[in-house]
Amino acid sequence: MEARLRWYQWLGMRIHLLYCVWCRRYASQIRFLHKACGGLDTETQANPSHTLSPEAKDTMRARLQEAMKDKPPPPQ
Amino acid sequence: MSPDQLQTEKVTTPGPSRTEVPQIDPERWLDEYGDVLFGFAMLRVRDRAIAQDLVQETFLAALKAKQSFAGRSTERSWLFGILRNKLVDYYRLQSRETAFLEPGSSVPEEEGLFHSGGPGKDGWILRVAPSAWEAPDDTLMNKEFQVVFQECVSGLPDKVAQVFLRREVDDVSSEEVCKEFDITPNNFWVMLHRARMALRRCLEVNWFGRSRERK
Repeated sequence: MEARLRWYQWLGMRIHLLYCVWCRRYASQIRFLHKACGGLDTETQANPSHTLSPEAKDTMRARLQEAMKDKPPPPQ
Repeated sequence: MSPDQLQTEKVTTPGPSRTEVPQIDPERWLDEYGDVLFGFAMLRVRDRAIAQDLVQETFLAALKAKQSFAGRSTERSWLFGILRNKLVDYYRLQSRETAFLEPGSSVPEEEGLFHSGGPGKDGWILRVAPSAWEAPDDTLMNKEFQVVFQECVSGLPDKVAQVFLRREVDDVSSEEVCKEFDITPNNFWVMLHRARMALRRCLEVNWFGRSRERK
């Protein structure tokens, strides 16, 4: 998830975490955030607060219809 | 072959084998995928007009390149692939137009969290130190939580949010994100750190704080 630490940096961090309860909490909260980001993958679900307005859909539909009328590209 | 066709070629990865090529119907795309593509773009660009343009460009590019869609991937992932490429183009264009944080910039989200002097210098200030989050396993699936989390992400500065989402949600490597946004690794880590600090605080206040009040 992060840039790799050198072994002595990693060891120093582990030792620090042994006695710093807030740092342990912070680390676990960052892991929680990482997991929570999975729920932001809106590719799998629509976001009800962000939908296209009917006007925007009409404009797009008109633009698509216009583009469909254009000559198709020659076969390759 | 146009750039759009090239882009589309890039994203049509082999999927489950199919015997029938689905019917190409751009008007159905609009009804079926318009909102979900728009929501995806909105979360990343945070501007309705730009998100709408990106969705329209996606459909138009798909229409031009429809010959290259042979049902090897699902129609949905094909369209999302095109939109992702459009977003990368948008990020690149933006990075040329807008200055990102200078390397070594301070992290305003950290202000007031650590002692600036005395025997406890650089240590957490107790009043604002991380509290214990009691998060049941199903918290992440909770719709109310997801709304709060999205709101917190919406509160991030635009560039910070875009870099954060690219790394954490789209799972793009840090090297690739740096290239796309034309930023240094140091700049990238500062932005990621800012995003995490801000989201942590936002959830602490708006979700976990509230959870504690409920008890």
